[in-house]
Amino acid sequence: MLLAVLVPAAVLADPPLIHSERSLYRQVFVYGDSYTRCLCFTRECKIGRQSCIDLKQPSRLMFEYTQMMLGSLLLDPDPRSILIIGLGGGTLPRTLGRLLPDADIDVVEIDPAVVSVAAQYFNYQPGAHQHVYEEDGRAYVRRMLRTDKRYQLIMLDAYDNQYIPEHLLTQEFLTQVRSLLAPNGIVAANTFSSSRLYQNESVTYRAVFGVFYNLKSANRVILASNAPLPSVAQATRNAGHFDAAFTALGFKSISILSLFSTEVDWDPKARVLTDQYSPANLLNSRD
Amino acid sequence: MYRACLYLIAGWSGFFVMGIELLGGRLLAPYFGSSIYVWGAIITVFMLALSLGYLAGGRASLAAPSLKRLALILITGAAATVPVLLFGDVLLERLSAQVPDPRFGSLLAAALLFLLPTGISGMVSPYAVRLLVADRASAGHHAGKLYFVSTFGSAAGTLATSFYLVLYLEVNQILLLMLAVSVAVAVIAWLLPAVAES
Repeated sequence: MLLAVLVPAAVLADPPLIHSERSLYRQVFVYGDSYTRCLCFTRECKIGRQSCIDLKQPSRLMFEYTQMMLGSLLLDPDPRSILIIGLGGGTLPRTLGRLLPDADIDVVEIDPAVVSVAAQYFNYQPGAHQHVYEEDGRAYVRRMLRTDKRYQLIMLDAYDNQYIPEHLLTQEFLTQVRSLLAPNGIVAANTFSSSRLYQNESVTYRAVFGVFYNLKSANRVILASNAPLPSVAQATRNAGHFDAAFTALGFKSISILSLFSTEVDWDPKARVLTDQYSPANLLNSRD
Repeated sequence: MYRACLYLIAGWSGFFVMGIELLGGRLLAPYFGSSIYVWGAIITVFMLALSLGYLAGGRASLAAPSLKRLALILITGAAATVPVLLFGDVLLERLSAQVPDPRFGSLLAAALLFLLPTGISGMVSPYAVRLLVADRASAGHHAGKLYFVSTFGSAAGTLATSFYLVLYLEVNQILLLMLAVSVAVAVIAWLLPAVAES
């Protein structure tokens, strides 16, 4: 009895604070004990964990959403050029760099403090094929559109529950992201599973990409393409390439595959978010 | 009535300036992002514009000041935001290609779009003080009340725009709405019988 009461409390308590620094945008906190280490943007870490690593098994993906983001590899198993908007603790570029050693990976992170914390506390070292740009994600996308650079996979991981950069969640921005894709390119976005924003976000992605795969559990990941979406059968075949690799990361490709859904479970009449109408944070605070 | 109208103009002008400032951040974000530099550029331009506007407004109040002329200043300030509505996107598109740096690009963009309307709006307060003040003894009292109304209007404009207006209206619709209110306030002031200016 006593144990049953004590154990959840011990699990729920924040581990000790290791490091904190004030950045241009926020306070960055690093919590951890001898087992895990987490990056947080709030003092109460439980609600604002951005990224965590398992110190005993550093390659294990502790967050389901990062596993779901890798679902994009089931649609295109071998993207040669990847853009990730939002660095966090560097879990996505680190994992992708290991899975696809020849892929060129560009990461855009607005906050220089996050870049240095990822290096110092989460051991994120950009590999030979990786570049980190300290820049606003939208400004970067616009800048790249003026060049010949195109990406086969673009990952949007710049939103958190505390604050959404509203200019990164509009029809115009997603259209620019779509234009920055190479032919048959894939977009993976870590987004919102609850609140009124779910409706608006869904219709906005739909307006830009048409049908997309909606992966939902506690988190929500959208997988979309600028070409007709590869079938689930195709994704299942591609999953075969990653069975061993995903198992080493701590999850089964079949558990991600089972989440692939194209069902419209939102209000199709919700208002599309645009540069003119983008109250994403206000909508996210409403049920 | 005459005094109430002066306070109305000053309060509305404060609301208008802060509404535009917040929307300015929205307008620039698609082109320069929403980094701290972009907000820094916008706030710099607004403060600079207001400071110049105060200077110009005080100067203008030296020659035959009247409520009608104040109404004209209000309307001119509103009219100066029309180019933002008409050419804002084209200008921002060109400018962000020419000067992609988030600091100087956004500073230049904010200056081109907002220096004039905000500067003209800044003329309102000192000009209204001149119309309010009857004698030296009460000058500080009137100026204090006017600052109160004007800055209170700014607070209201900030809150209304960021908490509510953006949830229901598009950026350009909010701009148009604020233009319409400026015109309405100016018309009220214009139609007010020319009271003997105390």
